[in-house]
Amino acid sequence: MLLTLEPRLQQSRRHLLLSPLLAALLTLLCGALLFAALGHDPLATFHTLLIEPVQDFYGVSELLIKAIPILLCALGLAVAYQARIWNIGAEGQLLIGALAGSALAINLLDWDSVLALPAVILTGVLAGALWAALAAWLRTHFNANEILTTIMLNYIALNLLLYFVHGPLKDPEGFSFPQSAMFADASRLPTLFDDVRLHAGFYLVLLAAVAVWVLLSRSFLGFQVRVLGLDSRAAGLMGFREKRLVWLALLISGGLAGLAGVSEVTGPIGQLVPQVSPGYGYAAITVAFLGRLNPLGIIVAGLLMALLYLGGENAQMTLNLPQSLTELFQGMMLFFLLACDLLILYRVRLGSWFRPATRKHTEHAPA
Amino acid sequence: MPHSASSLRLELRAITKRYPGTLANDRIDLRISAGEIHALLGENGAGKSTLMKIIYGVTAPDSGEVVWQGQRVQVRDPAQARALGIGMVFQHFSLFETLTVAENIALALGRDAGTPKQLEPKIREVSQRYGMGLEPERLVHSLSIGERQRVEIVRCLMQDIRLLILDEPTSVLTPQEVDELFVTLRALAAEGCSILFISHKLGEVRALCDSATVLRGGRVAGACVPRECSDLQLARLMVGDAEGLEASYPKASGGLTRLRVDDLSWHNLDPFGTSLDRLRLEVRSGEIVGIAGVAGNGQDELLALLSGETRLPRGERERITLDQQPIANLHPDVRRRLGMAFVPAERLGHGAVPDMSLADNALLSSFHQGLVGHGMVRRGRVEALAENIVRRFGVKTPDIHTLARSLSGGNLQKFILGREVMQQPTLLVAAHPTWGVDVGAAATIHRELIALRDAGAAILVISEDLDELFQISDRLGALCSGRLSPLKATAHTTLTEVGRWMAGEFDNPAAA
Repeated sequence: MLLTLEPRLQQSRRHLLLSPLLAALLTLLCGALLFAALGHDPLATFHTLLIEPVQDFYGVSELLIKAIPILLCALGLAVAYQARIWNIGAEGQLLIGALAGSALAINLLDWDSVLALPAVILTGVLAGALWAALAAWLRTHFNANEILTTIMLNYIALNLLLYFVHGPLKDPEGFSFPQSAMFADASRLPTLFDDVRLHAGFYLVLLAAVAVWVLLSRSFLGFQVRVLGLDSRAAGLMGFREKRLVWLALLISGGLAGLAGVSEVTGPIGQLVPQVSPGYGYAAITVAFLGRLNPLGIIVAGLLMALLYLGGENAQMTLNLPQSLTELFQGMMLFFLLACDLLILYRVRLGSWFRPATRKHTEHAPA
Repeated sequence: MPHSASSLRLELRAITKRYPGTLANDRIDLRISAGEIHALLGENGAGKSTLMKIIYGVTAPDSGEVVWQGQRVQVRDPAQARALGIGMVFQHFSLFETLTVAENIALALGRDAGTPKQLEPKIREVSQRYGMGLEPERLVHSLSIGERQRVEIVRCLMQDIRLLILDEPTSVLTPQEVDELFVTLRALAAEGCSILFISHKLGEVRALCDSATVLRGGRVAGACVPRECSDLQLARLMVGDAEGLEASYPKASGGLTRLRVDDLSWHNLDPFGTSLDRLRLEVRSGEIVGIAGVAGNGQDELLALLSGETRLPRGERERITLDQQPIANLHPDVRRRLGMAFVPAERLGHGAVPDMSLADNALLSSFHQGLVGHGMVRRGRVEALAENIVRRFGVKTPDIHTLARSLSGGNLQKFILGREVMQQPTLLVAAHPTWGVDVGAAATIHRELIALRDAGAAILVISEDLDELFQISDRLGALCSGRLSPLKATAHTTLTEVGRWMAGEFDNPAAA
């Protein structure tokens, strides 16, 4: 073998930081090749994809709006993934949060109180947590793998949402369109500036990021979560209760995903529609890992992911590139990150073709 | 030169091997004659394993020469080593439990050697010739550890072997099994097979080996004829000057009963595990109780019940009491808060989280020592504790932010034991406290255990090392097949008696 991998004695801190940069570079490189192959000028396409969407304040605001649900989901997933609980169900938890919040909001159309919005938001959070609690219960009582149960619950959530939006929650005055009535202003997240759509969900993200950071990096509960993830036998010997931690991690990640859903319907959308989420819950998985399960890293990764969403839409409109481009970029990014992460624990060496210099005499018989 | 060139089986000349950060072997010379039993002595981390791997072709040296029967050779892989006539028995066996002895050997030898059925006569013949009773049709999971080791040795002997390397072969055997192994090895040597015997048990080396090479810090510290050296001289060669090497500690008789295990039975659902049968045991304050026994006779199960990883239903909580308080149904963290501490057998992955720093690993079991306030970790206190452990127990590490898995076994063990001792527990349960730990570190650990005892703690030590148990325990017993022998004051028992207990020769105290 020309190249060999040699385990490092310690994690390389340099590569911990370099790996995402290298992955981004490789993604751009492959993207450039792809655009060239499709007959587009790579540089111009990148401009459309990555720069045009955020050239003005309106664009930045749209970027933040896009990032809010992704970040809320990803922050919750970071808690679960630190414990090695593979919650793939942020999408479903988000949809249920949106559904439950909407169900309350359209019953409060005439209630003009400051309590309306908190009640709607709280309902969304609890519903998301409840949806995750199903997976927690299945895992702690029947040892059912949470990867499978959360994925399956995603489909149930989506179909529940579709049923309600086509049926009980449909706006009676909405000309049979599958959507709810617009929420009352008392149930809407306020916007932060006059002429852009950025809403108070932005503060919720900051709050969640600080809370998750404190939990994971400073609290003893977060320490137990990390021990459970790294070494469940040690956690058992020390008496850290695995079942409780599973519940906690899933409830937190479900609650934050529910918050993401309800902040979408009470924020930019303002009503319940079938397309609440273009896959935010799945994008959040990539974001959580790109951000190394660390709140600060997640914010950076989430903004990048939101930019890809916006850029993808922009490229679709102006260059007629297909929408699956966004997904392709997401996929490449995760792929290259995982590949580059190998360098954190291993070093690459030129293989044995070049090494035997030190023992070139050993084959000969003694004189 | 005591060796004539013609009878030299293996000669290593200036073998050097560098790993990132360490020089594992530094210009090592070693000579083994035909039919010689040669000991390779050294602490953990002295470079024994690296040297063995070089001889057996697992790793290549950076420089130096390997001369095999007068020919310079380059051993590229274990298959080539076996073709040359070098066999090796590793410390941890690589046998499939659900296959028979013959099937395991056939698998190891490869397709050309024949089917398991065809191999059976030869397996019988080889095992009888060297006095190792072994039935080829038996399933490996039904064999004792000693018998499994025989499978590994017979596997080597099935081929034409001129050098047999044994890595700490006696660490898993009862004294009687050790004697049987030595008979086999002497018979082998008498036929001209050379043996490289790796060990840190000095008594055994003296009883068996013709000559010894002692490694220290990757270099040859000296060569000697073990029969002509005292334990102390050998130990000095291994560790340089270290205090406490030959320490003998006064025995204590203990005070009030701290831990009481009363008629504890536990049924193991794992078909390959051990069930516990009516165990009775008391540990008093100010004494060390030692439990001997070959691994796999119920030690892990007993430890899990004591630590709380395995819990009994509430109705049976009186089976284990601490200071007369029933605890058999309590979780480990609750037991810790009551003053218990545990040192498990496995350091990495059980006693310490490999991918966490030493500081985090200090917090791991000391969370009830004021390191957590209002749910938040008190980072400053955690780091002070970790620094304290490192300093007081002489843990060799760059700093407390180093990952646990990058420490050597002995150093990590000192850290884990230190962490538990610093909690000043009223009851410490320690499993194999010095297993695989070098002589110097073992002496430190023993001193600390004795100091903890003298401060009034009750200590239960479960170990396979009889020398250790006789050195530090005040009372002794042995586990065999999930049953516990009577406990006797160490002064009133003998190695032979404990050896019999380890083989199950005692009346069940519960029946009496």
